[in-house]
Amino acid sequence: MVRSVNTSAALRLALVGAAALSLAACASRPKPQPEAAPPATTPPPAAQPSETPPPVSGGPIAPVPGSTQDFVINVGERVYFDLDSHDVRDDARPILDAQSAWLRRYPSVRVRIEGNADERGTREYNLALGARRANAVRDYLVNAGVTSDRISTISFGKEQPIDPGTSEEAYQKNRNARTAIVSGAR
Amino acid sequence: MRLKPLMLAIACLVMTAVAAQPARAEIEVNVNRGDVQPLPIAVPAFSGQQGADIAQVISANLERSGLFRPLDPASFIERDINIGVQPRFGDWKQINAQALVNGQVTVEGGRLRVDFRLWDVYAEQQLLGLQFTSSPENWRRVAHKISDAVYERLTGEKGYFDTRVVFVAESGSRAKRIKRLAIMDQDGANPSYLTDGSYIVMTPRFSSSSQEITYMSLRPEGSAIYLFNLETGRRESLGNFQGMVFAPRFSPDGGKVAFSVERGGNSDIYVMSLSSRSSSRLTSDPSIDTSPSFSPDGSRIVFNSDRSGSPQIYVMGADGSAPRRISYGSGRYTTPVWSPTGEFIAFTKQEGGQFHIGVMRPDGSDERILTSSYLDEGPTWAPNGRVLMFSRETAGGAPRLWSVDVTGRVLQPMPYPGSGSDPAWSPLLN
Repeated sequence: MVRSVNTSAALRLALVGAAALSLAACASRPKPQPEAAPPATTPPPAAQPSETPPPVSGGPIAPVPGSTQDFVINVGERVYFDLDSHDVRDDARPILDAQSAWLRRYPSVRVRIEGNADERGTREYNLALGARRANAVRDYLVNAGVTSDRISTISFGKEQPIDPGTSEEAYQKNRNARTAIVSGAR
Repeated sequence: MRLKPLMLAIACLVMTAVAAQPARAEIEVNVNRGDVQPLPIAVPAFSGQQGADIAQVISANLERSGLFRPLDPASFIERDINIGVQPRFGDWKQINAQALVNGQVTVEGGRLRVDFRLWDVYAEQQLLGLQFTSSPENWRRVAHKISDAVYERLTGEKGYFDTRVVFVAESGSRAKRIKRLAIMDQDGANPSYLTDGSYIVMTPRFSSSSQEITYMSLRPEGSAIYLFNLETGRRESLGNFQGMVFAPRFSPDGGKVAFSVERGGNSDIYVMSLSSRSSSRLTSDPSIDTSPSFSPDGSRIVFNSDRSGSPQIYVMGADGSAPRRISYGSGRYTTPVWSPTGEFIAFTKQEGGQFHIGVMRPDGSDERILTSSYLDEGPTWAPNGRVLMFSRETAGGAPRLWSVDVTGRVLQPMPYPGSGSDPAWSPLLN
């Protein structure tokens, strides 16, 4: 079988041939003095147990100040009410104070206060009760310095429970007013 | 959804008298006593097209009223139905049928003609003979009209079977319910949707004078009250109000709508003239005033107010004059509805952690509780003022439509299999 000699093989042959020729040529010259071998490079240190690199921290980056996320996470969008009541409770005041401070810091934000009721009442009366709750929050925020044209209110009565359960805890969660940002947040 | 016209033929079918046993007191069904035994009645399949279906619908209607006990057709002895001749009364006495309804269906010129007779079996007398004509696809309405005729003849009260119910059909999970406006026959047949479920709808009501309904819609952007014509499909908003609008009802003459408007947390009752579209305010108390309901003569309005500190029932003039509290039992009273005969006001009452449907006289006397459960609410009256439909929900469950009669004895789920709330009963259809 005729083998064709490919180019790279021919090139290798030529290099070997050239090397051989040069060695042969060197034989007739004085042997070059061996130079001091360059110092061996420091071998890389033996593999040691390296420190575990610090973990990449996962999770959300801090909300952008003035964003809806900022409001929901750092201020709180819901306050809760007693049975049949629309009075702003003591535990609601700090949250509403924080809401009003935040809204005053970001004056372009408009909100809608959504009033809610638990299911232990009839449909139309609970719609009216939710409206009372929404307005109680609205009045608080206005008294705290948020201009009223930035606030609208709506009631969802018992139509939008956040907890579908039937325990007293579930009912309590559903007696709430939510401050929803509708526009102007970062 | 469109109501098909039904022609009531005025022909009365009369049989020649037959020599019979001595006359006996006519059978009579008493709707007012809570302890009656249902009257055994036989409704064999009518002869002719759709005859079996028509008899079946009549039987089901009469049975659901709680006043009649339709006998099992397998027990019938006389089998050939010929309403041109007297029934073999002996065959019917043998199975203890006190009343018999037989009939025949004929098709003439593409129209359905249904003849029927109601017989007092033991007196061997015809009590009623009528004929109805309609388009063939309207056979259910013919069956309902026959049911009403039989019911009225035997009880002395008007019937309620040729009626429809508008309600809110519910689906989805409890935390995210989907609500669609829907309408069906009072026996649960022919349900159809009127809205698409993309927004909350609530508390529909029928006009008593036209094929129109009103209802409230609730979206994050706001609330609206709509008028919806079932025949033309035309839908229009009642107008723009500052604040939430809800709880719409027609006046008995269909010319006005009463409703609530909420402003600054305070809810008041308004009434709007549908011809002029001008509104007037009827209540001005800084309390929740809602759920108005007109008396059948249109002169007064019963409503729900918490001006005393808890939700109670009040009656005032239709011009807002002289509101007077009428509920005085322990508990909270809401959703008052005036019966079409004027006799009663039905309501929802909450007491001791339970919900109840009840009735009282318009002066507040004679309060009677008819039901009790985790969550019963929102009664609506059948047009004869004898039966109520309402919504019942078990703890953690979905609501269903139930009915109860005014004695409280006949309590049952409505035949509609789905989940529903906020029912409103139509008047008798024309």
